[in-house]
Amino acid sequence: MCTLEKKGEVFILTLTGPGEHRLNPTLLDAIQSALNQVRVAATSSSVALITTAHGKFFSNGYDLDWAGSDKLRGDLMTSKLRSVVADFITLPCPTIAAVTGHASAAGFILARCHDYVVMRKDRGFIYMSEMDIALVIPAWFHALVKNKVGSATAVRDLMLRADKVTAEMAVEKGIIDLAVVGAEETVEAAIRMGEELVRRKWKGDVYGGNRVGLMWEVLEEIRKFDTSTGSRL
Amino acid sequence: MCTLEKRGNIFFLTLTGAGDKDDDEHRLGLPVISSLLSSLADVASQSTRGSVLITTARGKFFSNGFDLAWAQSAGPSSARHRLGQMVVASKPVVAAFLSLPMPTIAALPGLLLALGHDYVTMRGDRGVLYMSEVDLGLPLPDYFAAAFRAKIGSNSARKNVLLRGEEAVRMGIVESAHESAEVAVQMAEKLGERKWKGDVYAEIRMSLYPELCAVLGLAKVVPTAKL
Repeated sequence: MCTLEKKGEVFILTLTGPGEHRLNPTLLDAIQSALNQVRVAATSSSVALITTAHGKFFSNGYDLDWAGSDKLRGDLMTSKLRSVVADFITLPCPTIAAVTGHASAAGFILARCHDYVVMRKDRGFIYMSEMDIALVIPAWFHALVKNKVGSATAVRDLMLRADKVTAEMAVEKGIIDLAVVGAEETVEAAIRMGEELVRRKWKGDVYGGNRVGLMWEVLEEIRKFDTSTGSRL
Repeated sequence: MCTLEKRGNIFFLTLTGAGDKDDDEHRLGLPVISSLLSSLADVASQSTRGSVLITTARGKFFSNGFDLAWAQSAGPSSARHRLGQMVVASKPVVAAFLSLPMPTIAALPGLLLALGHDYVTMRGDRGVLYMSEVDLGLPLPDYFAAAFRAKIGSNSARKNVLLRGEEAVRMGIVESAHESAEVAVQMAEKLGERKWKGDVYAEIRMSLYPELCAVLGLAKVVPTAKL
């Protein structure tokens, strides 16, 4: 489902296989386990994390087929994504998404929760599909997108008009950072970015703490779901 | 007052000025407000997949949403009070637009009503009057500031009096600064083709502007995502 490798001081988390990398509990658990390993490594040295994927899709979003109309499955799936994204937000190292294919709905959220997004220019698009499939978007998705994207009209076009946005357009609109031709080149660019950031020799816990400060409202929205028992476990 | 007509999937809400006299019909006072609210309720009840609303203004309708002449004609101290009245009275209208279950396009120069819409087009040769010009010593009402922050962003605040069409496009406030009627209709047709579910559309829109909705008293209509 996903692999974790290390190139120098840069970790590369890859969503493997040719499919849509739909975010179901199995894949989300695998991602979380990889994040735990990165977290441990980040305590002893300066590292960076790249997340990328094989094939035509970065991720096409939640595994709606798996969840079906089963509320327990739906709740499990969404709570696992919230947990994974919270982990990304608190991760004590810079994070870069190398988006080599389509990123839709929750799949785009997974990409955008990274500090930097590099995306393939010649194929693929970002698509918040929820409006087209009549799904209400959760408040924490909005909070995350608005935290990262400055232009109110770009956010509106993405969330309210369900635009299919190519990498080039996404850079223009300030949705992502860099558009690169070719899948391998996209990953290379992300790795180079990661290496540059590692050379700054930042203290991981300080980096993570500062990022949490920047994304505080997003974490608040995420945690609103999980306060029913007051348990932090 | 205002008139409502329907052509295909598109609702046309037109604000019209009555005569050229200083009467109730061409200022944003209670008669126009209740006419607007009732029209918007009609539109909401007739909404189907693919519905879109275009709001335009015609005739003697004041260019900026507020009747400044009326405000100032009563003398400087009463002007403040009258402006205040209009601002307060407009709040439920903006709330009605924000919760409307379909995409909305404003093809009119009034900033206040325009901000309540999803998309704005305006005439290239006309401008939009910013509240900073008409500062009669009133603090900006809460929903103005919230609407600015939600739709424009505080770092785009301008001190200029008049924002002409091209500038507004550059600032990202309006979609287009051309002859607004056709552009708005084209935009509406494109949006209508998506055949979105109106209630979901409204919920996503309100979720996008949570602070503005709270200030407008729409917080009770809490959008709940299934996922």
